[in-house]
Amino acid sequence: MSDAFLEIRGLSKRFGDQVILDSIDLDIPLDSHTTVIGKSGIGKSVLLKCLSGLLTPDAGTVHLSGSKETLPQCAYMFQQNALFDSMTVSENVGLPLREKAGASKKLVSNKVHDLLDQLELGPAASKYPAEISGGMQKRVALARALITNPEIILFDEPTTGLDPQRKFAVFDMIRDYRQKFGFTVLMVSHDVPEVFGITDQVAWLDAGKIGYWGPPNDLISSPPEPLVAFLNPTLSTETPAA
Amino acid sequence: MIGRIGRKGISFISEFGELTIFSVSSLLSLFRQRHAFEKLVRSIYEIGVRCIPITLIVGLFTGLVLGLQLYYVLTKFSSESLLGQAVALSIIMEIGPVFTAIMIVGQAGSALSAEIGIQRNAEQIDALQTMRINPLSFLVSPRLYAALICFPILTAMFDIVGIFGGHLTGVSMLGVDEGAYWNRIYESVSVKNVMDGFLKAITFGLLTTSICAFQGYFTNIKSRIPGARGVSQTTTRAVVLSSIAILASDYLLTSFLLVK
Repeated sequence: MSDAFLEIRGLSKRFGDQVILDSIDLDIPLDSHTTVIGKSGIGKSVLLKCLSGLLTPDAGTVHLSGSKETLPQCAYMFQQNALFDSMTVSENVGLPLREKAGASKKLVSNKVHDLLDQLELGPAASKYPAEISGGMQKRVALARALITNPEIILFDEPTTGLDPQRKFAVFDMIRDYRQKFGFTVLMVSHDVPEVFGITDQVAWLDAGKIGYWGPPNDLISSPPEPLVAFLNPTLSTETPAA
Repeated sequence: MIGRIGRKGISFISEFGELTIFSVSSLLSLFRQRHAFEKLVRSIYEIGVRCIPITLIVGLFTGLVLGLQLYYVLTKFSSESLLGQAVALSIIMEIGPVFTAIMIVGQAGSALSAEIGIQRNAEQIDALQTMRINPLSFLVSPRLYAALICFPILTAMFDIVGIFGGHLTGVSMLGVDEGAYWNRIYESVSVKNVMDGFLKAITFGLLTTSICAFQGYFTNIKSRIPGARGVSQTTTRAVVLSSIAILASDYLLTSFLLVK
């Protein structure tokens, strides 16, 4: 685990007697895409929520490599997008800037419309989330995440409930916009092996610990013993081209 | 049995403490955010303007019924000339603030609780936190300040319409002398009576809006059932607790204000 952008050290979280995260160490390289995989209910989303500040970890630190600085400017993409249904697309996207001191109305408006155009959402600017498709809603949520120029975006199971075709469309969207805007991605997903096509590193969370960390190709060619049972049902499926 | 009562008591005190911290944090956070005035105006529209029709209708009918009931009681003592005084004091000091608060809870308080509860379930409150926006200042504090402004104004509207309702029954229908009706009100109602009524309205506004927002905000904790049923459960709880809070605080305030 070298050249880390973000260092997670000894991160622990328990709910009552149940240990969810047990002293997790994880390095996220700069401009990379890291995906946390694991069984349902194992604590993948808890890990993201601890990193984003939505949950307070019981122990551990998260900071930029080589400094005491805590988590850098980060954005969070929720499973169900978490868009405000009584706000239009442009109001949703501009919300983080509008509420930030110092941003003028004109500046917010210009930035929102530039971003909407880049994400091909211009025609939907004045529509409400309920009036646009699920895929567009994902892009609106991504636009809202991107408006503050985050260094890292945390994706919480972005393809939950989508059919295979839309799933790949969302993965393509994340890969394309990561290349275009240059942000680091930490994603939680249970779409194995489909997610291997877009990720640089895979972290396997099991029993509160990171059981594997490395490139997906190594995982497919020679999976470590404890991972075989988890991957077996899915490895026979064809992996999409990156 | 004693243990159960003790646990309930501790749980009540703990929840009351949480509610107090929630309300004070929300009140303090309004001026630390941008576009506070814009949000305040929108909340005044939701809590105040939209509740005007129901307040006026209930105020009118309360005045009509009160005029009728009090007239028949007062005729037994040949004191029907006191009708104006009886109607006005009952409405200004007691019925106006209480009924107005209950009406606003039914219309705006339940909507507030459900809206915030749905936002909690849809992870919109979490989204605000990840955007470094304080959810209390964004969602709750404009509503609390709007309640502090709207409750006394709506109570004043209720009082005026209620007194006219009493006039309609007593003077226009039952033949009480018009001069006696207005003169008794003029002689008996003091500025203190009106201010006491407004004090009650402000207290009810703060209490009920805090309770409704609190129940919605923590719908994931307060309700054991997730999703839409959970929101419906916390909304009902918000209305019930608010109504109890209105009546209990009314008793305490009345005791305090009458002794003073």
